[in-house]
Amino acid sequence: MEKRSIAAILSFSVVAVFFMFTVLLIHPFGNPVSTEMDDDIISNAQTDTGANNAVTSVVFDYRGFDTLGEATVLFTAVAGVVMLFRRIKK
Amino acid sequence: MSGMSKIVKTITSISIPFILIYGLYVIAHGHLTPGGGFQGGAIFASGLVMVLVAYGSVWTMEKIKEKNLTMLESLGAFCFILIAFLGLVFGTVFFNNYLVGSNSIFGTVPAAGSGLADINTAGVIPLMNFAVGLKVIAGLFAIVLVMAYAISKKEEK
Repeated sequence: MEKRSIAAILSFSVVAVFFMFTVLLIHPFGNPVSTEMDDDIISNAQTDTGANNAVTSVVFDYRGFDTLGEATVLFTAVAGVVMLFRRIKK
Repeated sequence: MSGMSKIVKTITSISIPFILIYGLYVIAHGHLTPGGGFQGGAIFASGLVMVLVAYGSVWTMEKIKEKNLTMLESLGAFCFILIAFLGLVFGTVFFNNYLVGSNSIFGTVPAAGSGLADINTAGVIPLMNFAVGLKVIAGLFAIVLVMAYAISKKEEK
């Protein structure tokens, strides 16, 4: 076996062992550590924003800046693709 | 003659209104049901891409220029930021929901608790949904149309 593949297998197994220990330390599903913000949004979203869909009220109202960033990412992607595939007129 | 066979074109023509109306429904009801501007815009753009596949990119490019699509996308982005800035003018902060509680359009607040609400709720959220939906429709379709046209031109010549 080459030295390169032995080194690859060794580094892969070290990283895999670290990942396994990380998975064992993950908090159990369904029991979040702090629930203050979730409870506040769930109980107040309807009266704050008037939207029945709490997810949309988070996306477009509480976290509006995040949506602005997403829209900017899409805008930049479209601008890049259209610029890349534009027709060059002679 | 570009595009696929007559069967595919006929089936596309029959089923395209339902797909587009469903996409518009998801955008318009973003504050009531699951979905919103991004998701409904993706559905609408997928319907347009079906037309593109069935009828060919050259035919589609003759009907819808990419220039108009990029203009629509910029218009959607501009409307989104404008609505956010109007929160600074009429309300207190950037992205303020200034229409909630007022008697204007989209102004009513639904009764607390789970239940049905009418579409005239949620303040600026439906307006932002429409702006983002327009942006996603034009943006996604512009990407696919430009790429397909760049490939097809090489094959036909």
